[in-house]
Amino acid sequence: MLAEIGLGALWLAASLAGLQLLAGSFGLTKGGEGLAGIVRPVAIMQGVLVALAFAALIMVFVTTDLSVKLVAENSHSAKPLIYKIAGAWGNHEGSMLLWVTVMGLAGAFVALVERRLPENTMLATLAGQAFVSLGFYAFLLFASNPFVRMSPVPDEGAGLNPLLQDPGLAFHPPTLYVGYVGLSIAFSFAIGALVTRQVGPDFARAMRPWVLGAWVFLTMGITAGSYWAYYVLGWGGWWFWDPVENASLMPWLAATALLHSCGVLAARNALRAWTVMLGVVAFSMSMVGTFLVRSGILTSVHAFAVDPKRGSFILILLAIYIGGALTLFALRAATVTEGERFAITSREGALVFNNVMLSSILGITLLGTLYPLVTEAMGLKVSVGPPYFNPTSALFAMPMFVVLMVGPLLRWRRDRMARVGWVVALPLGLTLAGVVVGYAMGVRHVLPLLALAIAPGVVVASVLPLRGRNLLRAPLSLWGMVVAHLGLGVALFGMGCDSAFTAERLVALRVGEQSQVGPWSVRLDSVSPVAGPNWTAMEGVLKVRYANGAAQTITPHSRSFWVPPQTMAVSALLTRWNGQLYTVLGEETDGKVGTGRWQLRLWWKPFVPMIWLGGLLVALGGALALLSRVMQDLKRRTARTKGDERRARVAQLEQA
Amino acid sequence: MAIKAKHQRLVLVGVAVVALIGAALLAIWGLRNQASYFYVPTDILAKPPEADRGVRLGGMVARGSMKTAEDGVTVNFVVTDGKASVPVRFAGIRPALFVEGSGVVAEGRFQNGTFVADNLLAKHDEKYVPREMQHMTAEQARQTVAETQ
Repeated sequence: MLAEIGLGALWLAASLAGLQLLAGSFGLTKGGEGLAGIVRPVAIMQGVLVALAFAALIMVFVTTDLSVKLVAENSHSAKPLIYKIAGAWGNHEGSMLLWVTVMGLAGAFVALVERRLPENTMLATLAGQAFVSLGFYAFLLFASNPFVRMSPVPDEGAGLNPLLQDPGLAFHPPTLYVGYVGLSIAFSFAIGALVTRQVGPDFARAMRPWVLGAWVFLTMGITAGSYWAYYVLGWGGWWFWDPVENASLMPWLAATALLHSCGVLAARNALRAWTVMLGVVAFSMSMVGTFLVRSGILTSVHAFAVDPKRGSFILILLAIYIGGALTLFALRAATVTEGERFAITSREGALVFNNVMLSSILGITLLGTLYPLVTEAMGLKVSVGPPYFNPTSALFAMPMFVVLMVGPLLRWRRDRMARVGWVVALPLGLTLAGVVVGYAMGVRHVLPLLALAIAPGVVVASVLPLRGRNLLRAPLSLWGMVVAHLGLGVALFGMGCDSAFTAERLVALRVGEQSQVGPWSVRLDSVSPVAGPNWTAMEGVLKVRYANGAAQTITPHSRSFWVPPQTMAVSALLTRWNGQLYTVLGEETDGKVGTGRWQLRLWWKPFVPMIWLGGLLVALGGALALLSRVMQDLKRRTARTKGDERRARVAQLEQA
Repeated sequence: MAIKAKHQRLVLVGVAVVALIGAALLAIWGLRNQASYFYVPTDILAKPPEADRGVRLGGMVARGSMKTAEDGVTVNFVVTDGKASVPVRFAGIRPALFVEGSGVVAEGRFQNGTFVADNLLAKHDEKYVPREMQHMTAEQARQTVAETQ
C-alpha cells in the first residue's frame, strides 16, 4: 500500500511541476497575469508531495517490504535499522528519488521565502525550476521507478553492498545531494534573470544565500566522502581523482567561483554576464556528475551497475538543459549591460583571478574525467589518475592561493600594492621561508613542498583582514570569509604533510611479534573471530605505542558479510593531535597452516586529520556567511514591515 | 593602472579565454603523457610500455600460479588472457575475492618482463565489476577458463 501511495504522490508531484511550468510561463505573458498567483503555492505543494513519496520509500525499506523490487534487491531484514534507511538511497532508483526530492523541496523553499526578486523574475525562476524537475520526474517514472512490485515475493532480500554499510553513508549522499541539487536554484535564478533581463546587484544578493547554502552542503559532503573513502577503502589515500569524486568536485569548483563572483556583483555591480554564466555552469556540472555516476559508464562503487539505456536518457536530459541554458545565455548575454569598471589591483581584480583559476581547474578536471570516455569511443582504454590531475590542477591552484593572501586586503575598485605592502609581506615571506624550511627538512617533491610552504601563508593571511578591528563587532560575513580561508590553509597543510611525511610499513607478523612504523611500535597480540549483526570477522588486537608512551589497543577487522557474501578489511585508526595511525589487517599468509603470519599494513600519517578539519572549517565559514546574509535579510524585512505600519498609521492620522 | 574604460569587458573576456585555452592545452598535453593505458597480456608483450609509465593490466589470474614470497606480503602470480601470460608482482593486502581463476585489473608498471602492481582491482561482487573485465568475461571467459584450468 505504501509503495502505491508513494508512486501516486510522485505522479501528482510531476503533474504539479508541469502546472508550475505552464503557469509560470503564461504568467509572464500579457493576459496571463491571472495565473501568476498560483505558481508559488503549486511549487510548495509539489515539494510536499515529492517529500511524501520519499518518506514512503523510506518506510518500505524500514519495514523491509520485500514485494517491492528495490527493497528485495538492496535490503535485508537482518540489517541494522540505520542501514535499512540508508539503503533507501544506496541504489540507483532511490538516489534518483532523493535527487528529485531535494529539487522539489528546494523549489518549495524558494517559493516560500524568497521575496527579494522582482515578481516576474521569480515566475521565470520557478518555471525554470519546474522545467528541470520535469525531466528528472520523467526519468524516475519511466526509467527508474523505485516503487515497482515484484512477484513472487522472495523470502529474503539480497542485502546492501558492505562498503556502503557504514555510518558515514547515512548522511554522506543526502548531504552531497542537497549541495548538488541546491545549485539548481542558482541555475533557475540565472535562467529567470536571463528571461526577464534583470541582472544586477539585487539579483546577486537574492541568489547568494542559496548558493552559499548549497555550497556549504557540497563542502561537507565532499569532506565526508573523502574521509569515508580514506577509512573504508583501506588504501590510506584520501582523494583518488576517481570520476565519482571529480563529479562532486566540479560543481564545487563552479559554485566556489560563483560565490565569489556573486560577491562582486552584489557589492560592485560588475561581472554580470559572468555570474549568470557560472550559475548555469554550476548546476550543469551537477547534472554532468549525475550522468557520469548514474549512467553506469563508470567503474565505481557508486555506479550501482545500472542499465546503460538509462545513460542515454540522462544524456538527452543533459543536452536539453545544458544546451538550452547555454543557448539562452548566448542569445541574451549581449543584452546584459556591462557592469561597473575596476582596476587590476583591486578586490575585483583578485576575485576575477580567483574565478579564472577556479574555472581553469574545473576545465582540467572535466577534460581529464571525460577523456577515458572519448578514447573508449575510439577503441582505446585508458584511465586518468593523480599523475595527470595533481600537477595540472596545482599549476592553477597554487597561484590562486598566493593571490588569496593579498586579495581580501585590497579595496574595491582601485588600490595600490604600496598601501597593503607591509601587511602582505608577512604571509608572502612566510611562504618563501616555508619553501626553504621544507627543503631543509628533506621534502624534495615539488607539490608537497609548495603545499607546505603556502599553507602557513594562507593561514596567516586569512586572519589579516581582522587586524585593527574589534573582533566582537566585526561583521559575521567577514568572519565567514576568514574562517573559510583559514580552513583552506589548514587543509592544505594536512595534504602537504600527508604526502611529504607519511611512513608506511607492510609486514606479515606472527602473534606476539612486533613492528615499527614512524614513531610507533605495533605488536600483534592476538587474532580471534568475532561476530556482528550481519557479519563475522577475524579481529586483530594490536598493542601500539607512540614513541615510548603508554600502550593502546586498536582492532582492525577482516570482515565477512553474509548477504551479499563478501569480505572486506575494516581499518582501525588511532588519532593523536599530530597525526593518525592507520592499520589494516589482511589475510593469514598463503594458507601455510602453522606459520600463522598475518598481513598488516601500517601507516603513520602526520597531521592528516587537518585535511578534513580544514574542510569542515571551510564549510563553517560558509555557514557563518550564510547566517549573516539571512540575518541581514530578516532585519531588512522587519524594518520594512515596521516602516509600512508606521506609514499606514500616519496616513490614518492624516485622514482623521 | 585603470584599464581603458571602454575595453574592460573585452579585456576580461580575453583573459578568461586565454586562461581556459591554456588550461585546455595543458590538459591535452598532460593527458597524452599521463593517461594510464589498459593492456591485456597479448598487447603488453607485443608493445611494452616504457618502464616508468603507469599502466593497467587486465586478465584472469592463472590457476596454480599464485605464490606468496618469504616476506609474507609479496605475492607473485600470472595474469593471462588465454593467448599470452605476464608475471605480476604485488606487495600489499590483497582485495577480497582475489583468487586464482578470477579476473583482475592491476595498476602499476611493466618492468623487465614483470608487471609490478601498486594496486589490484578485483571483482567485488556481481554488482561491482571493473569495466574492462565485464567486457573481457563476455568475450573471452569461456576460452580463458578452458585454457587456464
